[in-house]
Amino acid sequence: MHAIEAIGLTKQYKNLTAVNKLNLEIRQGELFSLLGVNGAGKTTAIKMLSCLTKPTYGDAFVCGHSIIKEPEQVKRLIGVSPQETAIAPNLSVRENLELICGIHGFSKEKTFAKISELSMQFSLDTVLHKKARKLSGGWQRRVSIAMALISEPQVLFLDEPTLGLDVIARHDLWETIRFLKGKVTTILTTHYLEEAAALSDRIGIMKNGCLLAVGTVAELNKKAETNAFETAFVSIVKEAVACE
Amino acid sequence: MRMMAFSKRCTKEIVRDPLNLCFGLGFPLVLLLLLSSLQKNIPVSLFEIGTLTPGIAVFGLSFMTLFAATLIAKDRESALLQRLYTTPLTGFDFILGYMLPVLPIAVGQALICYLFAIPLGFTISANTICAIIGIIPMAVFNIALGLLCGSILGVKQVGGICGALLTNLSAWLSGVWFDLKLVGGVFEKFANMLPFVHAVEMEKALCAGNFELAFSHLLPILLYSTFVTLFAVFCFLRQMNKQ
Repeated sequence: MHAIEAIGLTKQYKNLTAVNKLNLEIRQGELFSLLGVNGAGKTTAIKMLSCLTKPTYGDAFVCGHSIIKEPEQVKRLIGVSPQETAIAPNLSVRENLELICGIHGFSKEKTFAKISELSMQFSLDTVLHKKARKLSGGWQRRVSIAMALISEPQVLFLDEPTLGLDVIARHDLWETIRFLKGKVTTILTTHYLEEAAALSDRIGIMKNGCLLAVGTVAELNKKAETNAFETAFVSIVKEAVACE
Repeated sequence: MRMMAFSKRCTKEIVRDPLNLCFGLGFPLVLLLLLSSLQKNIPVSLFEIGTLTPGIAVFGLSFMTLFAATLIAKDRESALLQRLYTTPLTGFDFILGYMLPVLPIAVGQALICYLFAIPLGFTISANTICAIIGIIPMAVFNIALGLLCGSILGVKQVGGICGALLTNLSAWLSGVWFDLKLVGGVFEKFANMLPFVHAVEMEKALCAGNFELAFSHLLPILLYSTFVTLFAVFCFLRQMNKQ
């Protein structure tokens, strides 16, 4: 069984088709990146897969559960770290983590154990009692991802996790994401080519709501007959005329 | 359990906003102090502490609308709510989670208001406890109005509409500052169609131990509370689905 299987997933807004007939299969434990320029449909695709937005047509299955017919089951299996920092600003880091533990119905003992585990994994010990709004952008993103992992999700959605971060914070976050590889199926959206190339098992390239190509960096380079991934990306995006 | 976790978070967000809290809890007390001082220097009975205090207690509830609306509008503009929509929290959990934390603050505010009025000459009795409890239906109306405004307005609009317009409207149309009969006509009829004046009159009646009169004012408040709560729930769920 695939972690994610999208079949003709489409989202239309009046005159705009944000995602057009997305067909995609993502293996369990895979780190899959959706790459594309602004407005390519990456975030809308993630929003549909995480049950935030209902598709206009088509369906997708997360660990075998339909996002249309079984959104409650899907929500129990996923963790989402949205594009913008999704934390409660007036709560401390610990309280933010406790909030998500509470929402998932953890006991006091499990909450304590989970926070200790995540604090160690994300090196949050030093900021655990700080108000979330007082943290730097990099730390806020780290907390945001830690919050997404509390429910021990089978599928983790990271929507542009390093957007707006400085180089050091970005590389720190890459290490965190690498740590998750193989443990959690991760779907990451980004428009940083080097990020997708450095982290992903496979990459899907989107433009105007269409998935143009899917493969490893080597496969995409081969498809575009180049050795440079940036050239391959530009070539695939520019040569695409319309969705099939 | 899920709802309580969310509700606890909402409480913390509200009580950790010192500006909101100080203004919301402190402003009615300042008014009480100023108007009761004013009464001492005017020959007519306009701001007698016995009738002014229940009015100010009701006026203070308009800040509960502001608290609830600001919290929801801020959440809607942040990605936090988006994250929470991907968790097993249901629409019911969200609504109760937002409304419940404001209710004890509203009751607490009324209690503070009555206690503050004692050194100013207000006579406390067992009826005051009834007045504090009796404020709950109107508090529900104000909180639901906050849920409604927070579901359809942005943070800046909430500040203008709930912070300025609504607080003024609830004050002018409640008969706290003046007897509505002094203006009369359409103004009085319009004010009587709204719940604010009924809430003030009910509080006054409860303080005086006139439960029959209080009950007659309770009905319109309950109707408004029910209608606004249902409409607020509808608007909140609608914007939730729109996400």
